[in-house]
Amino acid sequence: MHSVLIKDLSLNFGSISVLKNLNIEVADGEFLVLLGPSGCGKSTLLNCIAGLLDISDGQIFIKGKNVTWEEPKDRGIGMVFQSYALYPQMTVEKNLSFGLRVAGLPAAEIQKRIAHAAEILQIGPLLNRKPAELSGGQRQRVAIGRALVRDVDVFLFDEPLSNLDAKLRSELRVEIKRLHHKLANTMIYVTHDQIEALTLADRIAVMKGGLIQQLDDPLTIYNRPRNLFVASFIGSPAMNFLKGEIVDKDGSPVFRAADLDISLAAYRPQQRLAPGHAVIFGFRPEHIAISGQAGPAGCSCEAIVDLDEPMGADSLVWLKVAGKAISVRVDSGRRYQPGEKVFLTFNPAMASLFDAVTENRL
Amino acid sequence: MNSSLSGAEPRGSRPKRFLSPASIMIYSILFIAAVYYLIPLYVMVMTSLKGMPEIRLGNIFSPPVEVTFQPWATAWNSACTGLYCEGIKVGFFNSMKILVPSVILSIIIASVNGYALANWRFKGSELFFTTLIFGAFIPYQVMLYPLVIITRNLGIFGTLTGVIVIHTIFGMPILTLLFRNYFVSLPPELFKAARVDGAGFWRIFLQIMLPMSLPIFVVAVILQVTGIWNDFLFGVIFAGTKNFPMTVQLNNIVNSTQGVKEYNVNMAATILTGAVPLLVYFFSGKYFVRGIAAGAVKG
Repeated sequence: MHSVLIKDLSLNFGSISVLKNLNIEVADGEFLVLLGPSGCGKSTLLNCIAGLLDISDGQIFIKGKNVTWEEPKDRGIGMVFQSYALYPQMTVEKNLSFGLRVAGLPAAEIQKRIAHAAEILQIGPLLNRKPAELSGGQRQRVAIGRALVRDVDVFLFDEPLSNLDAKLRSELRVEIKRLHHKLANTMIYVTHDQIEALTLADRIAVMKGGLIQQLDDPLTIYNRPRNLFVASFIGSPAMNFLKGEIVDKDGSPVFRAADLDISLAAYRPQQRLAPGHAVIFGFRPEHIAISGQAGPAGCSCEAIVDLDEPMGADSLVWLKVAGKAISVRVDSGRRYQPGEKVFLTFNPAMASLFDAVTENRL
Repeated sequence: MNSSLSGAEPRGSRPKRFLSPASIMIYSILFIAAVYYLIPLYVMVMTSLKGMPEIRLGNIFSPPVEVTFQPWATAWNSACTGLYCEGIKVGFFNSMKILVPSVILSIIIASVNGYALANWRFKGSELFFTTLIFGAFIPYQVMLYPLVIITRNLGIFGTLTGVIVIHTIFGMPILTLLFRNYFVSLPPELFKAARVDGAGFWRIFLQIMLPMSLPIFVVAVILQVTGIWNDFLFGVIFAGTKNFPMTVQLNNIVNSTQGVKEYNVNMAATILTGAVPLLVYFFSGKYFVRGIAAGAVKG
């Protein structure tokens, strides 16, 4: 059964269309990440689901109930904000209990729920402190606790880790994942950080310009991006792109850019690759090998090393190929000198081919 | 090289120069400005402590030879304001009776206005806000006569209620602007969080927003206290003769044409009238600047 169902949702601010006819179905207990650059409408969509923004068209169902016109409190959601949004004048305990007191729950029940949340999030010793006396990580934990005590079906996270430093962010990321495993609630999580998206999500919805570009599990998004935007947005270091065309060579398709020929025999296209088709060939830095000697003909070529960036576990080597700078991820054991001549071996099975005009995957 | 020589090398914190040409310049200008503004006050205090014979000698800058507090007592208790000779204390209490309700009422209404305009945008709320702000730029004189007729028809012309209502209305534009800008500057996510928690209009205002708004309330109180205390126009028109505020009474004392001009009494009465806003600024100037800045930056 679905937990959250969004049907034909549109949102306009005056003449500006922010969300365009979105359809999403989130399964029970699923962790869905809305990912996209700033201004893509991901936070807006989350606010619509929460009921903090009135939508222009469409319907929202939560647990089978049409909540399109419901107040936020009646939707069965809890929300965690980027700036924590803790009530500054209240202690942690009062912050956690505020919603429950508004709802008029008996004191014993409130105590029980706070104790439960405090135990899960390990914030028991902080209950009598004010938010100003907490660290960033503790504040975010309290903010999650405030959603937790509401005992809701759906958790909404609006960039919850963006205000934290890198170390804390990766720690809390693991905690959120663990929390999801423990609670098995439906979670919808907005972020612009692709690492968070890839590590946390069951499915990722990549958004741009108020539209969902691709909605798939993280590995599909990473390996088989549906269009050029998804391909370039996901992955760090970013995917390399070469412009060229398809040519026919002995009956099998070949990608040709300047003096470079890459056989596409191993590529699984979604449609027939017609010769003469202008395409963009995309490949991730780790899907290309470099060596000192020429490899098997057909998918190998020469290149000159431009720069070597050691990153600890591996190195990023920048090369010039067919007049474009591309990056290759290599083992950090061997250093490359600028000006060194190397040979490349592409792995077309892991590459992506896009139409140069529509920018869609071929 | 020995250590005393190496001490000539720049090292550590840079030495401060206390009397650079720039700071001499700044301090002397500040000093002159301060003296310039303090001289009238000095003259007033000195004159109010002198007896009339000493004042007639004409040395307005010289301190009193014989200090007397009689002019202060006279000003407070028995100076003549037109027909009555009960001193300026009548005006003081009238001003208080006008001030306290006006300040409380206008701040309550304006804070709710500002909160609604900041957080509960409704269709036409921007237009409403613009209209309200526009009201601040219309000269009072234009509205006086219509207001006189309106209050007369409502039966509150020449009463305490009348002048309080007028002060409350005229406080609205600037106070609403002040509160709206302050509430807009608070993180909007707090408001969203409270809505998800199920709190409504009044609960969010009273339990979330109000406890965070002390600075802006202090600013509003200062603005209104000084503004209403210093008001002359509305007091003289709408309050009625029995309720004339202190400013009007002061004018009547100072400008009474009968008999000798008692400069010392006039000075004492003036200082007494000015004491309230002076004290307010003195004790809360810090909040005032802070709040004005907080309210003004974002808009």
